This record gives sequence, C-alpha cells and structure tokens, in this order.
Amino acid sequence: MTTFLSSLLIALRALMVNKMRSALTMLGIIIGVAAVIAMVAVGLGAQSRIEEQIASMGSNLLIVMSGSSTSGGFRFGAGTQPTLTFDDAKAIATEIPGVKYTAPSRSGLVQVVYGNQNWASMAQGTTPEMLEIRNWSIASGRSFTQQDIEGATKVCLLGNTLVENLFGGIDPVDQIVRIKKIPFTVIGVLTSKGQTGMGQDQDDTIFVPLTTAQKKLFGIAFPGMVGQIAVQTSGPEVLNEVEEQINDLLRQRHRILPNQDNNFTVRNLTEIMGTIEQIGKVMSLLLASIASISLIVGGIGIMNIMLVSVTERTREIGIRIAVGAKGRDILLQFLIESLVLGLIGGVLGIGMGIAGTLILSHFTQWPTLFSVNAILLAFLFSGSVGVFFGFYPARKASLLNPIEALRYE
Amino acid sequence: MESLIEVQELEKVYRLGEVEVQALRGVSLSVDRGEFVAIMGASGSGKSTFMNILGFLDQPTRGQYLLEGINGEHLSRDEQAEIRNQKIGFVFQGFNLLARTSALENVELPLIYARISGVKRREMAQKALSEVGLEGRGHHLPSQLSGGEQQRVAIARALVNQPSILLADEPTGNLDSRTSIEVMDIFQHLNQDLGITIIMITHEPDIASFAMRNIHFRDGRIVEDRENKPPSGKEGMKQ
Repeated sequence: MTTFLSSLLIALRALMVNKMRSALTMLGIIIGVAAVIAMVAVGLGAQSRIEEQIASMGSNLLIVMSGSSTSGGFRFGAGTQPTLTFDDAKAIATEIPGVKYTAPSRSGLVQVVYGNQNWASMAQGTTPEMLEIRNWSIASGRSFTQQDIEGATKVCLLGNTLVENLFGGIDPVDQIVRIKKIPFTVIGVLTSKGQTGMGQDQDDTIFVPLTTAQKKLFGIAFPGMVGQIAVQTSGPEVLNEVEEQINDLLRQRHRILPNQDNNFTVRNLTEIMGTIEQIGKVMSLLLASIASISLIVGGIGIMNIMLVSVTERTREIGIRIAVGAKGRDILLQFLIESLVLGLIGGVLGIGMGIAGTLILSHFTQWPTLFSVNAILLAFLFSGSVGVFFGFYPARKASLLNPIEALRYE
Repeated sequence: MESLIEVQELEKVYRLGEVEVQALRGVSLSVDRGEFVAIMGASGSGKSTFMNILGFLDQPTRGQYLLEGINGEHLSRDEQAEIRNQKIGFVFQGFNLLARTSALENVELPLIYARISGVKRREMAQKALSEVGLEGRGHHLPSQLSGGEQQRVAIARALVNQPSILLADEPTGNLDSRTSIEVMDIFQHLNQDLGITIIMITHEPDIASFAMRNIHFRDGRIVEDRENKPPSGKEGMKQ
C-alpha cells in the first residue's frame, strides 16, 4: 500500500512538472471518451425513439389491407378497392387461435367543423378494440362501446391535433362537431401520441363507430366494406403462424382459386419495425465503434509520450534503480503515470462528452439518451487504455541497466 | 573477524561488438569495517568497473565478491536492488540528484524503496541532512544549491539508510578545491566519528590523501596498496 501511494505521488508529481505535455497527452483520451459518450447518447436516443414508436403503434400487430383497384389499366395500390368486410374481421377473431383482438376500420379524409373553425382530418370508422390494439388511451370523456357500434350512433373521439385546432381551450367533451355536415357528439379525447417514425402526425385523427362511418360517412360507394383489419396476436411468437392462417382463411372466405392472386394483403408491421429497430442498434454500435477508434488513437498518444518521458528521464530511472528501486517499483511508477493520464482524461472526457451531447441535441433537436453503463465503461476503458499503452514504456523503463542509465546525458 | 568486503580474483570482460575488453584481470582485496579507502588510477584502469561490481550494479565475469558474506553472483536484479538499498550508499561525481525535487525528498528516496512510512522517512532524512551540515535546507531544490551543497545532499542520501558501506565515485570531480575539501571533511567525519566504511574513487592525490588506505589500479590490476596517514580536517582546511 505504501508502495502504491508513494508511486502515485511520484507519478502525480511527474505529471505536474510537465503540465502542458500531460494536458496534450490527455487531449487524445478526452476527445476519445467524449466521442464515445456523445455517439452512444445519440445512438441510444435514436433507438429509444424507435422503441417508443413501436410501442405507440401497438405490438404484435398484423394489418390486413384490402386489395388494389384497377381503373383503365392503372392499379391503385393496396387498400383502394374494399374487399374486406366486418364479418371477415369477426371470422379472424373467432376462427384463428392466437388472435387477441381484431379491429376493422374504414377511413377517409373529412372536413370537421366546430363553430367557425374547421379542419381536414383522417376519420377512422372502427370498433373499440382498435384503441387496445394501437395503444390509444382516453385523456378525457369515454371511449365508444358495443352499443355505439350496433346502433351506429353519431359520436366521435378526437385526436389532440383536432382539439387544438378546433377548440382552442374549450373542453370538447359533449360538444357537437359537424363531419361532412353531419353532427357528431364528441364523447372523448385521445391521449397525444406525437409523430410516427416517418413524421406523420398520429394525433390528427377522429375515431367514429365503424357502422356509423359505413352508413353515414363513406357508405355510398362500397356499403358494408372495411378498408383494413388490424389484428393483434397474443404474442410475437405466433405472428407468422397467424399471418398464414389469415391468408388461408380469407382466401377461403373470398373464394379465391389456387391460381389467383389474393385480393387482400397482410402486413407484419412488428417485423418491419423490428428491422428498423435492428438498423438502429447496428447504427449505434457503429457510432460507438468509430468513437472507440479515437480512444485507441488517444492511447497510442499516451504510449508515444510515455516513451519520450522514459527516454528523457533515463538518468532519473538510473538513480532510482541505483538507490534500490526494484523493477516493479519503476514499472508501477510509470504505469500509474499513464493510468492517471488515462483516468483524468476519462473524467474530463465524460464531462466534455455530456456537455457536447447537450449542445448537439439542443441545436439539432436529436433525441439523446445518456447511459450510465456507457459512461462507466468509457471511464474504465480510458483507464485500461492508459495501462495497456503505458505498459510497454513502463516495462522498458524497469529493465534499464542502471550503469548505462546513470551515464545517460 | 570477517572482513566487510572480500574480493578474490575478480575478472570482468566486456564485449563491445567484436572486441573483447578485459576491464579487470584478477583483483583480490579485502576491506575491513571502518576503513576509508581511496582507489586511484588512470581512466580505463578498471577502477569504475570495480566500483560498479562492489556496488552490486554489475556482476563479475569470474571470481568472487562477498559483501558481509553475501555472494552477489546468483542474485536476481531485484535482490541486487535490495542489497543496494540496504547495504550500499552511492555518491556520484555528477551528484545525480532528482531535479525539481527538494533536497529532503531526494534524501528520502532510498527510504521510499525500503518501504519506510512517511513520518519516519522524514525524520531519518532530516537527521541525515543535519549530519552533512544542511539542517533547515531540506526544502531547497538542487538548482537552488551550490555544487558543494548538492554533493552534501547526495552524501546524506547515501547515508540515510545506514548502509554498511559508502561508495563514492569521483565525489569531488565536479567541485572546486575548496568545496572538495569541505566534502572530504564530511567524509572524514563520517568515517572517524560514525565509523562508516568508505571506498572512494579519485584520480587526485590530494583527495586520496584524506583516506587511510590508497589503492592504485593499472590495466585492470591492483599495482599498489598502502597505508596512508591522513591529515585531520582542520589541516585540510589550511591547505
């Protein structure tokens, strides 16, 4: 212990004597650690944003979309030709095991009017299960019920964006809004979910009972049809199985012959988001690895300076060996010196990394997330870099021949 | 009584590339406790090589060297370091003090490697400094001290571990004659009053005359080994 303490004092003094050089040596480590911390924070921020979005979208989700429509040789893409019905949704829910909820929906752009305000928004006719599947919750008022579906009542739930644009401070619950000139009673307000990963405003939406939408809002062209069916499975492990069974069931229900294409599409959103999540992870790993390289470069800087320092202090080492320093005393002295360089650099780097990240996220509005583990790891790593790159010079010092070292000018 | 130093047929061969240099060609010598020996000789006579072997800084090619009965032949680097630390005090021509380190801390250096705790270390270093007449100057840096004072700090450092033997390699080589005599007075004081054994290399007969025994080296051999009646410290001052 005394050995260690006195070696520490000797090392600190040596570093103090060459303040400028010590500072420059540390700079490499400081930048390396700061880069690691900032990059990990940016990476984790992006990752947690993705995870939030997956959670807000709803987990274990399959979307069954209607087939495409064709007009004059133009095919209009999935969902343009309603081929799905409310009964398809009910059949999926009752006949396929592993399905937790299904929610059929029919949506379209509508103009919503309240008083002298109006706003165009996406109206979704759906069933109460949709709120469960897509993780919506009610901020005030109530959700609609099975009675609303059966009775096709003229009630609606408003997203936050509509509330802000139409009501501006007034409590919208129990107010009457006009959708396509039909009066609807606002029974509840949805909790805000913010934007999707693609920058789409999820709060710019209105929910109405499916039957109401079919009969009153979009009913003229394709009565009784739904645009899509959201399906939530009981867990991620049955997703693929359920997807296949939906395919089989709907082909059967729609009487599609084996050589005909489906008139519907099943999309596995969870899988897609999983891929995005994976990309996010790879990206943050990549950022961290690139930053680690600068830490290693910093370590090489330490080795460089320590080698210079050993050469410069050859005579000092000779004196120490002559008066009885053992190999390990000298080794420890120089090792502690480089360890201290690494650790002080690490601490300053952590400070700079955090400050840099805050500044970066302030100006770019990127989401960032500090990880205590990453910070601790960077600190330990900077110490290890010091020891690792300090070892060779320290060993070189400890093996000096005292006679030659004392003669060294 | 067993001698402090017992050297028999010591040989040392250096290899400088292709050439073999025989620095010592069979040196035998014994030194008793309390002696003050001056070793003289021209440069290249092998006296420095001999000193390095006596100081456990180097090992002989052939022959035997016993210090207090300890044979240095098969000792590891670290064991040699321990003997240097415990039994040997070095004084060099160029002082070899650590720059930017106070006199007191320079004197403490061997004690650090002897694992002596801070308070005791300070106390012992202070005592050694006052032994060489530098009490109260411990906080000075080497650059703030004169050459003579620096050498006295180096002597204090050599003494601080209470070694069996003090080895001095041209201790006055970098000093003017007045300060040389001051240093020699200290050596005499240490030898006569404290009974410390001293072996000193010098090429100056004046300096050698302070010792009780003068040994001459030539071409790796001892050519002369005689008693000397040293002047007392006061006479030295008058010269």
